[in-house]
Amino acid sequence: MDLHVVDALATPTERAAVDAVLDPEIGAVRGGWDGGLRDMALDGRAAHGGHEARSRRDLLLPALHALNDRIGWISRPGLGYICRRLTVPPAEAYGVATFYALLSTVKRPPAVAHVCDDMACRMAGAEDVCRDLERELGPAGDPTPGTGATWLRSPCLGLCERAPAVLFTIAGDPPLRAAVGPVDAPEIVRRLNNDGAGDTRASAQNGNGETAPSDERLASLRRSIPQAGGPGLRLLARVGRIDPTSLVDFLATDGYAALRKAIDLGPRRVVEEVTIAEVLGRGGAGFPAGRKWAAAAASTGLPKYIVCNADEAEPGTFKDRAILEEDPFSLVEAMTIAGFATGAEKGYLYIRGEYPLGEARMANAIDLARDAGYLGADVMGAGFAFDIEIRRGGGAYIAGEGTALFESIEGKRAEPRNKAARSTTAGLFQRPTAVNNVETLVNIPGIILGGGTEYATLGTAKSTGHKLFSVSGHVERPGVYESEFGITIHDLIELAGGVPGGRAIKAVNLGGAAGVFVGPDALHMPLTFEDAKEAGATLGAGAVVVFDETTDLLDILRRIAQFFRDESCGQCVPCRVGTVRQEELLARLMAGQPRGSIADELDLLNDLGGVLRDASICGLGMTANDALSSGLRLQGVLA
Amino acid sequence: MRRGARLIAIDPRRTSSAEWADLWLGLDVGSDIALANAMGREIIAAGLANEGFIARATSGFEAYRDKVEPYTLEYAERETGVPAAAIREAAHAYATADTALLCWTLGITEHHNAVDNVLALISLALLTGHIGKWGSGINPLRGQNNVQGGGDMGALPDRLPGFQHVENDALRAPFDRAWGVAVPQDRGWHLSAMFDAMDRGDLKALYVIGENPIQSEADRHRTERILRGLDFMVVQDIFLTATAEVADVVLPAAAAWAESEGTVTNSERRVQRVRKALEPPDGARDDLWIVLELARRMGHDWGTPSAEAVWNELRGLSSAHAGMSYARLEAEDGLHWPCYDETHPGEPFLHSRLWADPVVGSRAPFVPVDHAPPVDRLDGEFPMRLTTGRRLDSYNTGVQTGPLRFPGRKGETLDLCPEDIERYDLAEGEVVRIVSRRGEVEAPVRADHSLRPGLAFMTMHFQDDVAVNNLTIDATDPKSGTAEFKATAIRIEKLGASPRPEREAGQPARSLRP
Repeated sequence: MDLHVVDALATPTERAAVDAVLDPEIGAVRGGWDGGLRDMALDGRAAHGGHEARSRRDLLLPALHALNDRIGWISRPGLGYICRRLTVPPAEAYGVATFYALLSTVKRPPAVAHVCDDMACRMAGAEDVCRDLERELGPAGDPTPGTGATWLRSPCLGLCERAPAVLFTIAGDPPLRAAVGPVDAPEIVRRLNNDGAGDTRASAQNGNGETAPSDERLASLRRSIPQAGGPGLRLLARVGRIDPTSLVDFLATDGYAALRKAIDLGPRRVVEEVTIAEVLGRGGAGFPAGRKWAAAAASTGLPKYIVCNADEAEPGTFKDRAILEEDPFSLVEAMTIAGFATGAEKGYLYIRGEYPLGEARMANAIDLARDAGYLGADVMGAGFAFDIEIRRGGGAYIAGEGTALFESIEGKRAEPRNKAARSTTAGLFQRPTAVNNVETLVNIPGIILGGGTEYATLGTAKSTGHKLFSVSGHVERPGVYESEFGITIHDLIELAGGVPGGRAIKAVNLGGAAGVFVGPDALHMPLTFEDAKEAGATLGAGAVVVFDETTDLLDILRRIAQFFRDESCGQCVPCRVGTVRQEELLARLMAGQPRGSIADELDLLNDLGGVLRDASICGLGMTANDALSSGLRLQGVLA
Repeated sequence: MRRGARLIAIDPRRTSSAEWADLWLGLDVGSDIALANAMGREIIAAGLANEGFIARATSGFEAYRDKVEPYTLEYAERETGVPAAAIREAAHAYATADTALLCWTLGITEHHNAVDNVLALISLALLTGHIGKWGSGINPLRGQNNVQGGGDMGALPDRLPGFQHVENDALRAPFDRAWGVAVPQDRGWHLSAMFDAMDRGDLKALYVIGENPIQSEADRHRTERILRGLDFMVVQDIFLTATAEVADVVLPAAAAWAESEGTVTNSERRVQRVRKALEPPDGARDDLWIVLELARRMGHDWGTPSAEAVWNELRGLSSAHAGMSYARLEAEDGLHWPCYDETHPGEPFLHSRLWADPVVGSRAPFVPVDHAPPVDRLDGEFPMRLTTGRRLDSYNTGVQTGPLRFPGRKGETLDLCPEDIERYDLAEGEVVRIVSRRGEVEAPVRADHSLRPGLAFMTMHFQDDVAVNNLTIDATDPKSGTAEFKATAIRIEKLGASPRPEREAGQPARSLRP
């Protein structure tokens, strides 16, 4: 494993960008072997390295982000410099850099518009936006002459309620990132030409950049979270009522009351309450959080970790974003409770790279909490330590898979592991780890304050508590909705204002790309884990995408097939090849050129689905066929 | 290492391995004993020696302690160039590790005092008890898959098959009985002694099997003159090597790893089966067939035994191999010798006897040795130290790797650190003349950050293009016969700076590559 990169040395700009991330963690450059200038007096006769240097491999992705943020791409000299400083072979680091869609290993302009063309945005005219951009700026990825800008297509940005959406990434010092919607092509061009700058930052998705509660802000917020400020909310209770950047506001609304009570109860009782509450994981798998915490608490290995999975990349899913942006302290508090209950002193919050505002709000909340003694060596003076580090994803859907997320934090390609051991025994860094979804965690303070027994009375017997739903597509008021478990699809759609123009519903997608399509006959289905299972459907993470009778569902299915082809990590053959074959099949159907009869094609798709389900390592491959199969079965899709 | 094992690399160059190491000590070429003795002294002085092990299992500790006493860290820093603190760190890390392994290759053994270098390392293992137990030991890493096996089978001047000493009457007698002849009682010559004998005219005919001495021996001029002066030379090889080209008879051989049946023995003494997968090309013959046929034509019909029959004959003559049937080698994925009978499991730790109480057999002796710098001294005329070695994509003289194409291969270069390139006013790629006290070659300059000022590096892979062994010294270790390939004094001349001398006769530019 050769560590040499023979290219030119990194520029001072590239080095400074990388050093800004690495120096606070591993100290400044020591000498030539460490990436600095060669000094024979220092470097000629002895050097330290090895495990000490390699021990911070987990800083690889942050360093790559820093370089990409600063100059817009991963230059080879810049990559070489990172490798020197972290003792990572360039071939491995290159493998990591090429894994993440937001990082570019080919030179590209500093200003990039990532245009979402996924389900909701597609229905809102994303293809028109792309066509116009192609006319204005040239083909996707090509630098526009003179402007230093380009545009790219993107999978779901998690801004479905404001479709069509775009994520601007503008490299520089400081770099700028902002997700915006709805937009059209002229608006995108205008912002790119203005270098995006302050303009883009101010138009971050919720409101006008002001954070203090106001009628104006509440109105703006309700475009994303229509129930904001309303009654009966447990998970969204603070949204619109507090300034999400203010710890004072948080404390004034029962903030940290749950942690205080948890400390009084002690770790064992906390785990008991969570277990009694029977709260199931909200990330899609529905695993009982209490069992996970109990297993992590019982694991003897140290250190232990809490990981919050905020890599919300399932198409059509954006409910965690509401929490990250509007009630960040409650997630900090919940993670701290998890650390206290399981004996972990370190938490990682892994946020997808497409959520710049959520990341900024979380970073602010963590800093303020630490300054006020709610994080750190002695949390609330209670004698236990806990702190949180944010890790930014790089644009990889698969990183949301629990073990792939561990790999990503560890500085590797986000490829799922073979599940030889439970993560509560050997998770992040092969240590005991409790990994929970954002929404799962923000249920915890309520459970602690009200008690697990009270919580278990909410919802249904097997799906307790409240649930956040991401409702998008053909509804009057798309957005994040909170409801007790048990609301029917129909009632949820009504809550979102129903279908515009009173048009008929052709299909509803539950759970996003990894979910399924159901037809109008299923609208009476209560949205619970058990009812979905009984109907052969899934809740996933609570995405509900509504398609009216005018929708070209085949086009949507083709986009989903393309999504899986793009997002398959490629390490196992059934998924790597199967997702390609599926997309080819969909393309043939769309072109009206089935191989053999349509029935033959459906047989083939069914066959592919069996292989994907049986032989893939992880959930991505196992579910990559479900939406396609269920969608094609619906009446009227294959005329 | 991924599971936490720490690595200390001691190498004049900061190699790729050194970059992975937790600690690298960049010592001067040929100062290994100064470093090892200083580590030994530090271990003793710091009270880190394994006194119980020393008392029970070793002999000669007092003499060793007295010998290393002058080797202070300060002395070692002067002799090796490595900061005293780094030497101390290495000594403490080695001594205090639960388990520790010393591995080395030709950087230790291609010196005029090769055996002394090894003895200095053995003393460190004895001093700390890092020997004969799980995870510990001393291990010369072999450059070929069957170096160990060749020696075990008697391809040494003083050994019979089974590593049995030829001068020991009791060990020799079974061979006399089995073969029906009187095996010569005296040891033969090792390689360097053979060349001396050929030079004197005492050795007139040579049978070379799988070796390319014209390009692999130090001081190529002398080697070539000697081989060309022989009455008769046979070369048996899978390639038409440079040595084969000057032979009287060439016997094309089958490849031992794919076209023959047999066994190999690796560095951990594990005997493994090798199986035939391909028919050799037309005209190429199995080594065994060739030897049997030679014998037959010399009047000794040994029949046509299979490889397994030959192996079973060895098992009858070498108690260390007696238990290793082909069936067991197959079923148990190889076995470590000694393996005395069919029920013996083999012995993974050769020196585990040292941990028995009392020790089984004789105690392990400390053999104190002194530092002696390289023979080829640096001076005003030859101020640079050249060390030779290998690159990842090539193998030894290139016979086996030369014909293969690798994208990264660069051909022979004189590798210098960037500082020296600047000091000598050179440019990368510039062809320079490299002159030693024995000869000179020309090669392009390449920058290599793993080197430091005063230290140059070349390989021996491209001898057809650049005969690096024109430069090297044949100062050999009296005990092992190995030449000091690792330490040559050179100077670098810019071309055009002085008139270019004519090439000496007998040095044609040859290429075996298609």
